[in-house]
Amino acid sequence: MRRLLTGNAAAAWGARLARADYVPAFPITPQTEIIELLAQWFGAGEMRGRLVMLESEHSMVTAAAAAAATGVRVFTATSSQGLLYAMEMLYTVTGWRVPFVLVNVSRGLASPITLESDHNDVLAARDSGFLQMHCATCQEIVDSVLLAYRLAEEPAVRLPAIVNLDGFHLSFTREPVELPPAEAAAEFLPPFEARGIGFRASRPSSQAVAVLGGSPYSYFRYETHLAAQHALEVYDGVAAEFAQRFGRRHDAVECYRSDDAEIVFFMIGAFATKAMDAVDRLRDAGVRAGLVRPRLLRPYPVAALRRALAGRRAVAVIDQNLSVGKGGVLHGELASALYGQAEAPLLASYVGGLGGRDIAPEEFFQIARELGEAIAARQAPPPRLLYTAGELRQMRNLQAIAAAERSVPGVAA
Amino acid sequence: MYRIRLHGRGGQGIKTGGRILGSAFFGAGFDAQDAPVYGAERRGAPMFATVRASRAPIRERGLMARPDLVVLADETLLQVPAANVLFGVGAATVLLIHGTGEAADWRVRLGFDGKVVVLPVTAGTAERAGSGIAGARCAGAAARLVGGIAREQLGAALTEELGPLGPAVLASNLEQALAAFDAVAPHAGVVRESAPASARDFAAPDWIDLPLDPARIAAPDIHAAATSVEARTGLWRTLRPEIDYAHCNRCTWVCSTLCPDSAIRVRPDRSPEIDLQHCKGCMICVSVCPPHAIHSIPERVAQEREPAGAAP
Repeated sequence: MRRLLTGNAAAAWGARLARADYVPAFPITPQTEIIELLAQWFGAGEMRGRLVMLESEHSMVTAAAAAAATGVRVFTATSSQGLLYAMEMLYTVTGWRVPFVLVNVSRGLASPITLESDHNDVLAARDSGFLQMHCATCQEIVDSVLLAYRLAEEPAVRLPAIVNLDGFHLSFTREPVELPPAEAAAEFLPPFEARGIGFRASRPSSQAVAVLGGSPYSYFRYETHLAAQHALEVYDGVAAEFAQRFGRRHDAVECYRSDDAEIVFFMIGAFATKAMDAVDRLRDAGVRAGLVRPRLLRPYPVAALRRALAGRRAVAVIDQNLSVGKGGVLHGELASALYGQAEAPLLASYVGGLGGRDIAPEEFFQIARELGEAIAARQAPPPRLLYTAGELRQMRNLQAIAAAERSVPGVAA
Repeated sequence: MYRIRLHGRGGQGIKTGGRILGSAFFGAGFDAQDAPVYGAERRGAPMFATVRASRAPIRERGLMARPDLVVLADETLLQVPAANVLFGVGAATVLLIHGTGEAADWRVRLGFDGKVVVLPVTAGTAERAGSGIAGARCAGAAARLVGGIAREQLGAALTEELGPLGPAVLASNLEQALAAFDAVAPHAGVVRESAPASARDFAAPDWIDLPLDPARIAAPDIHAAATSVEARTGLWRTLRPEIDYAHCNRCTWVCSTLCPDSAIRVRPDRSPEIDLQHCKGCMICVSVCPPHAIHSIPERVAQEREPAGAAP
């Protein structure tokens, strides 16, 4: 039965259907609703296990991994500054090689401080060793939590996983969700078989020891990399099984009307559904447009992306993030995947949706128009921030109020 | 697709109103999407919720630039520019005002080309301004204006959303929502679904290249002192605290220190004075006053008693 759920509720349902044993928690907008729901369910006995409020996200992630090291199933969630506060432990615990799932509700990073979504928070964790799945709908959130546990707990992977959803545009947005029945979810995701994982105070052992000299360090870190890459193959199998059981495909790379597309939008997250709408409108207008969206960002599905984009003529990478001094992160990643490929498309870089700024239908249409011009000119346009003259006028008004311009002689507001 | 935006203040039940409307659409067989939008501030602060409904899957999300129906739960929000109530409205937009006055007067006052429907504020809702009932009333009226939602489906949606809060809350909201549903019957189905944006014929966005500004300008700083005084948070108030000085025993440190917004000053004679420009109407002072010398009155009533132009 379909029901209306927010993205946060969908994430909490994912943890519930996964039968998480332990949830270390710390509140932060726009994530808090997840742990509130879980606390309610634990309190009412609808979930068995324990939810514990820690004193910070740093401790929360430490507790999550420490509990995972004892062989129980662990769920936790945070957002934005919270993920950054935990950053030291994100890198540390991937070296512990224990599986758990962390839901991150994306929110732009300070400064200036904001509440609304962009992806710089989760991309700051890009190189940590966490696997990363990116959702575009509330349905995908509950499904992805289950998929993430299967992936993370696979003995040949054994890495923690982040399931990412956008603040506001998913976290607080209700849309129809089909919840997997509890029994079917339990068949897809059986109880966690810890195998060798079982740290006990009564059975002393040393985990994550110190190494000196680069050689052992290289070995351990690269093994993590190999495990993450192996997760690609595992993911295909797990997603196929999920599709067979539940009738919903969540491939590592989603391709929407891109098979015969000339121009392609390339993006992750909730705004990708707006791109799908734009694709339909462009098709109505006779433009062969499509969308390619990596669900899995770590491991990076290079082969699937090359297949999806071979023969396309131009791709607009729309980055809802900004690597300061470089540009859009996804643009650089895709360029590295496509460099030197025969039939590789032109790549254009757009940065949009920072701090939750909308991307209007007309902006997608205009991007498509620019790609058409790029194909004719055989040259990609320069990188662009989606930002209008009207927005700058408003910004100048705010600066006048803030008296910023008065401190710099010769600069008009 | 139907695109509906409900504007109100934190505490008026607008988030819930959006959910009631979303559930009513969903129960009537539509795909529905509802989402509240608010910042860090709470009770009394301007906020809004969006509701989308369609027979096809909904992929649009976030900002609603072209609403088919705008619902205004609290007409005083029109004084607050930041609330941006009329953002994106056009001649095809229906404006539902939960307030006072005549539709024709509102069209003139607002310079609004579309249709206006006034849902009169009842004595009960006026007295309980901020009690949360406005959201249910607005959802009930909006359901009727849209059409395609039966009275029973509206009732079922209310039961789903408010049932967990207990029978008393549900009953009062049901009564108000159904009354509002009935009250706007002459305008049933007046809201029309707008067409999607066309990729064939569209206005290109006026993108610009941002200039490199000096860091002094480009840093998010405010170059002045005490600027929060300029934010008239008194405009958020739906209830006003009123001090009965005859019973105030001058233990002013209690109310003045517990006011979370430092909006209670201590006069030289040790009596308290409420800063109505900044009091948000949280009513903490009412609940902590030892001799019960502070009580609350609806802001609307308080303003009506004041001479014109005296309101903060």
